Amino acid sequence: MVKYEVLPGPESYLPPAAAMHGVVLPDPGESLIEGVCVSEDVCIKHIAKKLLAAKNPTFFPGPLLLWKTTEYALQRGKLVREIAKEINAKIIPMPDYRPKYPMINPAVEINPNHPNLTIWYNKIDVGIFIGVHCHQANLALKIIRGGTNCYTVALCAEEGHEEANASLRDTSNNVLQKLLDTIKEIKKEGA
Amino acid sequence: MPELKEVSTEYMLFEAKREEQFITGSETIREAIKRSNIDIAISYPITPQSESMHLVGDLYAEGYVKEYFRGENEFAVMSEIAGAASGGVRTFTATCGPGTLRAFENFPMWAGSRLPIVMTFMTRAINAPLSIQPDTIEMSFLRDTGIMMFHAEAAQDLYDMILMSFNIVEQTSVHIPIGIFIDGFFVTHTRQKVNIVSEDIKLKPYNPGMSPVPHIDMETPPIRLMRDPFVMKSNYVSYAAHASWQQEIWTSQQRAKKYIKKYLGNFIEQENPDAPIQIVASGTAVSQAREAINMLKEEGVDDVGLIKVKVIRPFPKEEIKAALQNAQKIIIPEFNIVGWLAQDVAATIPNNDRIYPGPRVYGGMTMPPEVIVRVIKEGTLVGV
Repeated sequence: MVKYEVLPGPESYLPPAAAMHGVVLPDPGESLIEGVCVSEDVCIKHIAKKLLAAKNPTFFPGPLLLWKTTEYALQRGKLVREIAKEINAKIIPMPDYRPKYPMINPAVEINPNHPNLTIWYNKIDVGIFIGVHCHQANLALKIIRGGTNCYTVALCAEEGHEEANASLRDTSNNVLQKLLDTIKEIKKEGA
Repeated sequence: MPELKEVSTEYMLFEAKREEQFITGSETIREAIKRSNIDIAISYPITPQSESMHLVGDLYAEGYVKEYFRGENEFAVMSEIAGAASGGVRTFTATCGPGTLRAFENFPMWAGSRLPIVMTFMTRAINAPLSIQPDTIEMSFLRDTGIMMFHAEAAQDLYDMILMSFNIVEQTSVHIPIGIFIDGFFVTHTRQKVNIVSEDIKLKPYNPGMSPVPHIDMETPPIRLMRDPFVMKSNYVSYAAHASWQQEIWTSQQRAKKYIKKYLGNFIEQENPDAPIQIVASGTAVSQAREAINMLKEEGVDDVGLIKVKVIRPFPKEEIKAALQNAQKIIIPEFNIVGWLAQDVAATIPNNDRIYPGPRVYGGMTMPPEVIVRVIKEGTLVGV
């Protein structure tokens, strides 16, 4: 079997699912970069660099973040906004998962069934998923890989995403804080 | 509800003390479900399944299962199970043969809806003229629905497979249904020795908060999931979304592999792996094949090996390919007319002309080990 690399697209009319080509989800403490298992620290640094190098990085917060009102979720939202501010990123929400007909407004929202429309419209080169249910995130990540050149990052609270170009698993608020600190550190080194 | 201590699947399977009981396959299901922390079980009678869900009903009366009722028919039962699972609770049901076919539309719907349902199928013949006898033909139809499939050889397999399945299907990255298949009557209605864990423990409950799709509750009513389905739109966007969705179902089976391996060990079990003749079998055909091998050994023939296939979906392609690498002749005994296991093996290995057709029996016929011996020794055609 040819080793499948989970690279940014546009890949094909219908890209294959990475897991069908031997890409496996990381074990606890590990993460994925382009289909390869690496340590969480390596992946955090990789993501931080990608975000800082991006021209138009954009967060896609999903319902698990948008509609939760626990103290933990509020803290998570604050961290996302802090990271977004640090890398000068937009925030375009994925408020729900229903296909939007007759036409989505791609300037203000993204939808897992046709995420490419929002990415094309806003010329997003790095998209960061957080708070999206895993099934819906994978649905979107494959479509994005198929039709756009956007680099995708999944900050997953569960087992991670082999369909993303880079994916953390068990992304707690502590891990988000670590990502924020790493971004600040790299910026400082660069300055 | 009796006070039971909640334990991990690992403890239940590998650490808890066990005691041998001499019970039927149906009673084995009762013993497994008693310890599975089931929120709701829904039944509809059909031979040879009826007794098992009757016994699960007794568990409801005793307080081990929180809710239980009889559905209107098998289609209703599977739809009601889907509703319960969508609502974020742990479910259990069982059916067989014509019941499986009557409920059929639900199985790909379960998989597509990412529902972590565990159920058992007690395989039975389905075609007219009516027969209630064992036949594994329904497994052929279910292979491409997206549900995972275990095939138990005997009651011990059945017991352990049920207990491990809840944890496998409830993983966020998996979260698709599993069917545990046993051969009707041969396993359901015969008494066997089964090692059972003590009665004072049960599995930890299902956590719907880890579901990869939103479960239905007062904030996410069904209408929000059903409005604007892809099927109503004819455009590339809808097709691409549906295609990506289908990929997710089959990908989930791949993701399940590491959990299956953790709890079940290997997908296949091998005996005499270097033998030039290999028998590949699943379910009770394994027991018959093992008996045939013993008969051959008594005659001084010891060049026959056995591969027991425990997992039908996801099909263990790599394992079977490796196990049959040096086989010169491959015998695949089956309890159905189409030879679905032979089809899957033929699609997996190189030089598949090594597969000798059959033996196959169906319609309730037994498979005496002498038949397998004759196929191996004389190349007799049986049922193909």
